[in-house]
Amino acid sequence: MPSYVDPEKCDGCKGGDKTACMYICPNDLMVLNKEEMKAYNQEPDACWECYSCVKICPQGAIFVRGYDDFVPMGGQVHPMRSADSIMWTVKFRNGNMKRFKFPVRTTAEGAANAYPGDKGANLDDECLLLEADLPTPK
Amino acid sequence: MALPNKPMGELNAVVDPAIVEHDVDVLIVGGGMAACGTAFEIKKWASDDLKITLVDKASMERSGAVAQGLSAINTYIGENPIENYVKMVRNDLMGVVREDLIYDCGRHVDESVKLFEEWGLPIWKKDADGENLDGSKPAATLREGGTPVRTGKWQIMINGESYKCIVAEPAKAALGEENCLERIFIVKMLLDKTKANQIAGAVGFSTRDNTVHVFRCKTALVACGGAVNIFRPRSTGEGKGRAWYPVWNAGSTYTMCGQVGATMTMMENRFTPARFKDGYGPVGAWFLLFKAKVQNGLGEFYANSDAVKDELGKFMPYGASAVTPTCLRNHLMINELKEGRGPIYMATDVALNAFLDERKDAGMNEKDLKKFWKHLESEAWEDFLDMSVGQAGLWAGANVEPEKVGSEIMPTEPYLLGSHSGCCGIWCSGPDEDWVPSVDGTRAHQYKWGYNRMTTVDGLFTAGDGVGASGHKFSSGAHAEGRIVAKQMVKFCRDNADFKPELKQTAQELADEIYAPVRLYNEHVGASTSSNVNPNFCKPAGIMMRLMKATDEYGGGVATYYMTSGKLLGICMDLLQLLREDAEKMAAGDLHELMRAWENYHRIWCVEMHIRHIQFREESRYPGFYYRSDFPSVDDENWKCFVNSTFNPETQEWLCEKVECINIVETDPWI
Repeated sequence: MPSYVDPEKCDGCKGGDKTACMYICPNDLMVLNKEEMKAYNQEPDACWECYSCVKICPQGAIFVRGYDDFVPMGGQVHPMRSADSIMWTVKFRNGNMKRFKFPVRTTAEGAANAYPGDKGANLDDECLLLEADLPTPK
Repeated sequence: MALPNKPMGELNAVVDPAIVEHDVDVLIVGGGMAACGTAFEIKKWASDDLKITLVDKASMERSGAVAQGLSAINTYIGENPIENYVKMVRNDLMGVVREDLIYDCGRHVDESVKLFEEWGLPIWKKDADGENLDGSKPAATLREGGTPVRTGKWQIMINGESYKCIVAEPAKAALGEENCLERIFIVKMLLDKTKANQIAGAVGFSTRDNTVHVFRCKTALVACGGAVNIFRPRSTGEGKGRAWYPVWNAGSTYTMCGQVGATMTMMENRFTPARFKDGYGPVGAWFLLFKAKVQNGLGEFYANSDAVKDELGKFMPYGASAVTPTCLRNHLMINELKEGRGPIYMATDVALNAFLDERKDAGMNEKDLKKFWKHLESEAWEDFLDMSVGQAGLWAGANVEPEKVGSEIMPTEPYLLGSHSGCCGIWCSGPDEDWVPSVDGTRAHQYKWGYNRMTTVDGLFTAGDGVGASGHKFSSGAHAEGRIVAKQMVKFCRDNADFKPELKQTAQELADEIYAPVRLYNEHVGASTSSNVNPNFCKPAGIMMRLMKATDEYGGGVATYYMTSGKLLGICMDLLQLLREDAEKMAAGDLHELMRAWENYHRIWCVEMHIRHIQFREESRYPGFYYRSDFPSVDDENWKCFVNSTFNPETQEWLCEKVECINIVETDPWI
């Protein structure tokens, strides 16, 4: 189910060297053509349909079209992700629609505690940070 | 129109890349769950002057197997004895596992899960009436004693779309953004020039600019996941990307560690999951949360038949457990398919409606029933939308609503991994504690040599999919294992403070080797009007297809219902030899293609280890994952042991050995 880019919406992330989709794609598929200032998926048959590019695109310019070797045409699954939830729209080939909303995070972005400055006690035992009295097998 | 004899991508490769050299103490190769665990934990033990660098092929925010998200955490011990976790893993993996490593993972894993929740991961809870609450509803945290929603004994449900983003954030923050180098693909680990069997560095290249990066380090973690696209997938067109496991995992962990002499273990093991056909969406929640059952083409719920009980009886004690081992579940399914009793359907509709009927019978009114159904439907769809959107896309295209109609399930092509229901990987030291067995012999036979999760190469560690003979870690266990490694690497640096790493090759020699495909491309591209068809070189895409064809037809892929034999394996090895020779002629015109070229070197090498191990083990330890027609049964008398193999980088020779498998947790009762 490879991702594709709507040229009407894509602005090439305004000419930055690095578009959002290029930044995020785990498989290095999204690239920017600098002449057209548009991004595209350079290897659709290596796309995992992870939707990382769809979720991150600031213009909402990226969609997914089902893999042409087994997905009948006409359906579409599309997300809108915010800081704390994601809304999915599932459009079926026959026109039926379903919408789902799920939480994605309970803390503000950037708020995860990295425990800066905390130090472990004894480098020679097996306890990790916040752990004490490790069990052993009975 | 221009002739197509030009590079494919947007970032052309040049023949003379820039070279940047880095001197660090600790090198973390990979950015997935395990590496994020290490990045988070390591600063808690390291002094401020220890230089630590993480290198990721992608962006940590969405890299590794959890990039897309997950709908469950599959390992949370909670109220269970850790010993029972060990027993479950041992039985699922047909008896041959490292119980010390599994137990050790079990005693650290919950702390990782509690951290995830604290960082913002929504975890479903049970309310006072036993109803499911999604993870954003107010409820006591796991640390405060909140009750997670269990699916089966070990899994808990989450709203996990942003799981990886949440875990990567404190990892990056702890290490410092400037110490996390993204879009650099490490392709080789490097040994020290003078100190034998000691890791001293690594080399890789940027997929964003023409730069080769050479690292010198005292110790390194290699945690780059398992191997995908190594057997011909069932979908070979665009759908090749819809692999069950992340398609960017190219066996780099196994190859890079194996090549510097790290002993491998159980490389014969593979994972062949049974999943919803084509979309490869998860079935775990359907089996465990929704209690769905599978039907064959005759409409029979075959799993409860007498014939099946008799069949499982052939695999004792493994077949006797309440939860049948994953490979044997596949075996039963494959038997149905071979007998022409396919297709196999999961009755998703029956399962969900049973819940509704239960409420109806209990007297729930119409309005509440409607609300309950809506919630159930949402839970069912979230399972896919969190972690396998493609499955939802397939259903949307095919007008399938799983609450109304069942869906076909099918065993997929094989994968190599060590953290899911598979256990191939690298032989590692267990914890340096008394309860871990002491064994004489080389490290390939020992269970501990001082540093937990260190490979047999000094200073070289692995975690997650990398650690062999200890499956069922999943996302949380991989993170915990990464945390374990963090502390051990700091200890290694303290104990080897005087060690000054020195590489055998110069940076220029390394760069020449890495960029050989680019030079080959530029030398010969003019010999043809088409960049992909040239008498002097081959392209990565073609080499990968050739590899997958060889393994599929001779190495026990889907083409033969996972059947192979000594004879077929011999042919497979011959084909791999030719493939390795021709892989030297892989050409790359752009940086993306150079990445694909190196991924294929990794794939070919780790597949060779896989085939070599299957050849050595003269039995069929994992019916349903693969079969040897010449040794078709499980032979506990001769083969209830590890198979370990070691490549000697000096002599280029392989040594395959049987290694004793020692039980630590009671064997009676077995489960």
